[in-house]
Amino acid sequence: MGGRAGPARRAAQAGAVSIALLLAGSLLAAPAQRASSLLNRRAPEFTRRDLNGATVDLARLRGKVVLLDFWATWCAPCEVEMPAFSAWQRKYGAQGLQVVGISMDDSPAPVRRAVGRLKPAYPVAMGDAQLGELYGGVMGLPLVFLIDRRGVVRARYQGETDLKRIETRMRELLAER
Amino acid sequence: MKTRTILKWAGAATLGAMLLAPGKMHAQQWSGPGSAFSIPHEALVQPAALDRLLRGPKAERPLVLQVGSHVLFEEAHIAGAEYAGPGSQETGLAALRERVQGLARGTPIVIYCGCCPWNHCPNIAPAYRQLQEMGFVHVRALLLAENFGTDWMNKGYPVAHGR
Repeated sequence: MGGRAGPARRAAQAGAVSIALLLAGSLLAAPAQRASSLLNRRAPEFTRRDLNGATVDLARLRGKVVLLDFWATWCAPCEVEMPAFSAWQRKYGAQGLQVVGISMDDSPAPVRRAVGRLKPAYPVAMGDAQLGELYGGVMGLPLVFLIDRRGVVRARYQGETDLKRIETRMRELLAER
Repeated sequence: MKTRTILKWAGAATLGAMLLAPGKMHAQQWSGPGSAFSIPHEALVQPAALDRLLRGPKAERPLVLQVGSHVLFEEAHIAGAEYAGPGSQETGLAALRERVQGLARGTPIVIYCGCCPWNHCPNIAPAYRQLQEMGFVHVRALLLAENFGTDWMNKGYPVAHGR
């Protein structure tokens, strides 16, 4: 009897482990799917006031390629990217590029100081948890999205990324008509 | 025991990999008291190990404090964790002091941030140092190599949302 209970128990344990693994797998997949599900879908629309009081309305940027940059003053790699984004705004703006910076800082004061120092050539608005969730969860910075002229999310870059990769993809989107 | 040894080696390997990939790093983050690398290896805890602790007996669970951005905390945080304020700012450190002031110095505490890659995190080391200076002897920092999303949330560990 004991000899038969052993394999049965092991089978039950194996079953339990399989279920646990499946559950863990589904839990693991959920956030990743949430973030990647934005790819090739219409970019969630939002309207914000930038730090100068001007309106940033994503819907009104249809027809342009939008580089949406989630950043924060405490994010060192973000500050490395910003001068490049400014340079791209100047270089590719006439071709239809619009960079939009969304700060995920807790308050605007440090953002104003950073913007005063970095002088980005594009609008910067304050983000919040709701906007972050709208974009699949901003769970670490930097986070950059490329949105095409039709308003569709075509690329997502999480963490430190080779800027040449972003620029190459962005130029491809600019070439699309 | 074997698992613990493997996790220790994994931690050492992660840190080693970071140290061997300096191309992406800022010189200012390599040294000094503000660097996450100033936290001793034995004071680091891997996500899997913390998850196990949090599933264990209640009496053995550490107090988990997020010492980074409140916006990111509001979006998602470790289930059961409390927000303590950004370690890189004096106001954040004051909030951290206030939260732990009345606790026994032997209280197990795990702090985490995950705002950005470990080598760039401005919050974790000042918060760790603050707790050390206050005399807490069981403080550990959660090693989130890339960020909270990649190293905790996307791996399926439990999260909660809101303030």
